[in-house]
Amino acid sequence: MTNHWVDIKNADVVLIMGGNAAEAHPCGFKWVTEAKAHNKARLVVVDPRFTRSAALADYYAPIRTGTDIAFLGGVIKYLLDSGKYQKEYVRNYTNAGFVVNAGYGFDNGIFSGYDPQKRSYDPASWAYEMGPDGYAVVDPTLEHPRCVLQVMKRHYARYTPEMVQKVCGTPPEAFLKVCEYLASTGVPGRVMTILYALGWTQHSQGAQMIRTGAIVQLLLGNIGLPGGGMNALRGHSNIQGLTDLGLLSNALPGYLTLAGDKEQDYEAYIAKRTLKPLRPNQTSYWQNYPKFHVSLMKAWWGKAATRENHWAYDYLPKLDRLYDVLQAFELMSQGKMNGYICQGFNPLAAFPDKAKISAGLAQLKFLVVIDPLATETSEFWKNYGEFNDVEPSKIATTVFRLPCTCFAEEEGSLTNSSRWLQWHWKGAEAPGAARGDAEIIAGLFGRLRALYAKEGGAFPDPIRDLTWPYKVGESPSAEDLAREFNGKALADLADPKDAGKLLARSGEQLASFAMLRDDGSTASGCWIYCGAWTQAGNQMARRDNADPWNDGQTLGWAWAWPVNRRILYNGASVDPAGKPWSPRSHLTAWNGSAWAGSDVPDQRIDAAPDQHVGPFIMTAEGVAKLFVPSGMAEGPLPEHYEPFESPVAANLLSPGNPRSFSNPAARLFAGDAARLGKPEQFPYAATTYRLTEHFHYWTKHAHIPAVLQPQQFVEIGSDLAAQKGIANGARVKVWSKRGYIVAVAVVTRRIKAMDCNGTTVHHIGIPIHWGFKGVANAGYLANTLTPFVGDANTQTPEFKSFTVNIEKA
Amino acid sequence: MSSLQSLDIRRRSATTSASPSVREQLSVAKLIDISKCIGCKACQSACMEWNDVRDAIGSNVGVYDNPPDLSDKSWTVMRFTEHETEAGRLEWLIRKDGCMHCADPGCLKACPAPGAIVQYANGIVDFIEENCIGCGSCVTGCPFNVPRISKADNKAYKCTLCSDRVAVGLEPACVKSCPTGAITFGTKEAMIDHAAERVADLQERGYAQAGLYDPQGVGGTHVMYVLQHADTPEIYHGLPAHPRISALVALWKGALKPLALAAMGLAVLTGFFHYVTVGPNDADAQDGGDGDDDHPPDAGRPARI
Repeated sequence: MTNHWVDIKNADVVLIMGGNAAEAHPCGFKWVTEAKAHNKARLVVVDPRFTRSAALADYYAPIRTGTDIAFLGGVIKYLLDSGKYQKEYVRNYTNAGFVVNAGYGFDNGIFSGYDPQKRSYDPASWAYEMGPDGYAVVDPTLEHPRCVLQVMKRHYARYTPEMVQKVCGTPPEAFLKVCEYLASTGVPGRVMTILYALGWTQHSQGAQMIRTGAIVQLLLGNIGLPGGGMNALRGHSNIQGLTDLGLLSNALPGYLTLAGDKEQDYEAYIAKRTLKPLRPNQTSYWQNYPKFHVSLMKAWWGKAATRENHWAYDYLPKLDRLYDVLQAFELMSQGKMNGYICQGFNPLAAFPDKAKISAGLAQLKFLVVIDPLATETSEFWKNYGEFNDVEPSKIATTVFRLPCTCFAEEEGSLTNSSRWLQWHWKGAEAPGAARGDAEIIAGLFGRLRALYAKEGGAFPDPIRDLTWPYKVGESPSAEDLAREFNGKALADLADPKDAGKLLARSGEQLASFAMLRDDGSTASGCWIYCGAWTQAGNQMARRDNADPWNDGQTLGWAWAWPVNRRILYNGASVDPAGKPWSPRSHLTAWNGSAWAGSDVPDQRIDAAPDQHVGPFIMTAEGVAKLFVPSGMAEGPLPEHYEPFESPVAANLLSPGNPRSFSNPAARLFAGDAARLGKPEQFPYAATTYRLTEHFHYWTKHAHIPAVLQPQQFVEIGSDLAAQKGIANGARVKVWSKRGYIVAVAVVTRRIKAMDCNGTTVHHIGIPIHWGFKGVANAGYLANTLTPFVGDANTQTPEFKSFTVNIEKA
Repeated sequence: MSSLQSLDIRRRSATTSASPSVREQLSVAKLIDISKCIGCKACQSACMEWNDVRDAIGSNVGVYDNPPDLSDKSWTVMRFTEHETEAGRLEWLIRKDGCMHCADPGCLKACPAPGAIVQYANGIVDFIEENCIGCGSCVTGCPFNVPRISKADNKAYKCTLCSDRVAVGLEPACVKSCPTGAITFGTKEAMIDHAAERVADLQERGYAQAGLYDPQGVGGTHVMYVLQHADTPEIYHGLPAHPRISALVALWKGALKPLALAAMGLAVLTGFFHYVTVGPNDADAQDGGDGDDDHPPDAGRPARI
């Protein structure tokens, strides 16, 4: 979230799209009901289904699954055509005026720079035009034909209400009504928040769906303001922490990135990531990349990381390709990956195309499962009749099941969607032989290191030299780990502005990442978490909910990254003169000599308004990017592509172009392409989702949630049910090209047939929570049905849009 | 569930002795704002947890309602209704069902077992299972179809409004667990005030018929609803528009009660004079009658489960 849960109460309009907050985030949803009750907020929900969120909405509009970019592209066109956007904000705080290279082009669904063989883009032609002063050229009048605003106007000219109707199935009056609600916040003094979740991320163009939402918010001037923002509601209590700590195959902690195998040269690796400002006077905070990187290397390898060995750069693996989960299972199925450790992860249930996952696991030599529960993955080899019909005698994989503690049996910090690190304490002792995750990993590491010491190896250095500074090496405590990710001084740190003044003594915990250095004198395991455990102690354990400004910022409650800031980009909550856009905003304001307010200001504290330091300090532009010259796999502007399995025959936004039917830059393995269905055999749009009563595949192991939702079901509209002769409560078989499930049919008026350019589209809703382990009624793993294809940037699987067929069972 | 708590009893079933009246205990109420309810069932979960009841893991019968009905172990359930307004707007109305804690409780009036049903001075109507004889009269007497007779012990169960929690100054478990503020608890007066704010908000959003459900046919209730369509409560899964105690129970326990008592008195008096003037009757000549004060004529009919 750019903002945070409590701040939702400050919104005037709440848009829930690409998510179902009431269903999946009922506790956070209280702030929506607060905004409605005490701020007269209006709730707008756009979803293929009339959801629990829609039940409380002031307005609901239906949309065909996977067409959100077409819908929001239509909103962009509506705002630009009508002029109902926040013009001063757009002019000053976005790259609307930046001039794009003459080489940039877009032709019927494909941007310039596309290589159809590699299915990827060279983004060189998307760059800004650079001036003789070395800075990007900007036209403040926004009239240059190649400035971003004009490029956008041309790009979204096709996204008319009629087009939205044909692609999304949304009636024009409903679409325009949503536009009016959204546009009502395009003025200073009114703010909208967007709440989204997996309904946007789990598409082959998920990252661009989110970007389209962000563009709408930027046009409306809603980023950085209380009650505004782009707010990703995370699906696990600590999944934000997972991302922050870089538990992705190509990431390092704090959104630093792992090098590719062409980046063997340290200086080049650093230079590429040390972003120089593209405009005069801009912060471009990634200029500090070397400080964060070197401090990380010092945290990991201590004295072994020296200036001479480029801070142990060679110890870091270099990527020959992404090793996301889809890639891992592709390698398994090819027999090229033969060991796998699953920690808190149930891929047989949680990843697409169960048959492929199961076949991959069966190829492994060993599988280690670290989990508090007996997961489906840990028993993938066992026959559970119709629910897991495998032949155990033909599976040779050795499975090690290591029982671990669950959240209530350990202490530590959880990072929530709001970026708050909240310390929690152990509530109960773990049963049986369960051990903490850190203890298990430390045990594995200790044995590995001993083996290297005893037997040597090809490259023992990174294992041998890894720092292990914990009080109890066999079982590092949460406190020790937290102190480490915060970081400390490795030498006395003198104030660069005043050599006589000491900022920190050697060995002291650091107060903020502003103290990090690139000379090896500081260590920090995750720079954005620096400040969580300072010399003053554990900031995450703070529980002061004082709210002096009555705007919900509560700076004394736990600790938020970065630097306890609650609303990112809050420098954009003020006009260029330093005065809040809205009198209701107290986040920050220029008081004549400094920025101050109810939040931690998100700009240099003494950068006076007349210095024109842009509020988007993380970008090289200093402003937010409507158009991204690089960084997105499938183009600088979001463009609608159909899901890889779609119920319609054509992409109406780039008609007749087979390359642009689906995301032209998404990776699709050959074997999986053959497992995609066509509308003739699989005419119905399917989407998977979660229910309030359950949490993923965990709570089916617990009695009460199993009482509240006892049995697997699918939801179908009454039109389709009548057509197929399916009675409410009857059993149905639902199948895709990849397999089938059998479930109870819940026939509902909440899913309506849609007319998409003459094609009647029916949706089938598939909740995911059942499986063959647990106390709820046994069921089929819903991911038996889903396709093995992911987003072009993140490789997040396309769980939300695929096609199936259905009959009475 | 238990009378061993510091709540004064206002009324006891099948009892004529006076209740304590020295202490002043405020009338309480739970307000369920349907316009804030997302049907998450945290209240159902909390109810099971607090009260140590675990219903069976059932099956899906084509709806989100699970368990599909109230039971001796499910004292509250969510009722989901898909409703289309005259303007063609779909609404998903989600009502938390359970005991309404009537000010004039039909169950208590119908109950023949002394002290099996009590009404506390704060308005909570509670079943004291130790005294329950399992006759099912409370089921007949309830205009909301709430009490359920357990097959395990043949006693009646329903929501206690967490009388044990309220007695020590806590809110009911469902209120504590509600994430959206759809369930609130306080004095009845404060809840009526809060409801007025909510109704004003809904009316401002276009729900012209929004209102408070506090049906006077049962003297008002200590569980009330904020409804978007208070003019048609029936659309909320059959919430009765004009709930009343069954005419038979009301007649028997209301208007006829003094007459019945007078008739009893008269019978005793007549008997006395008969004894004095005529002498004792034979036992088999005594008139058992088909209904004294503790046994209405329909007592013992099968419970509606």
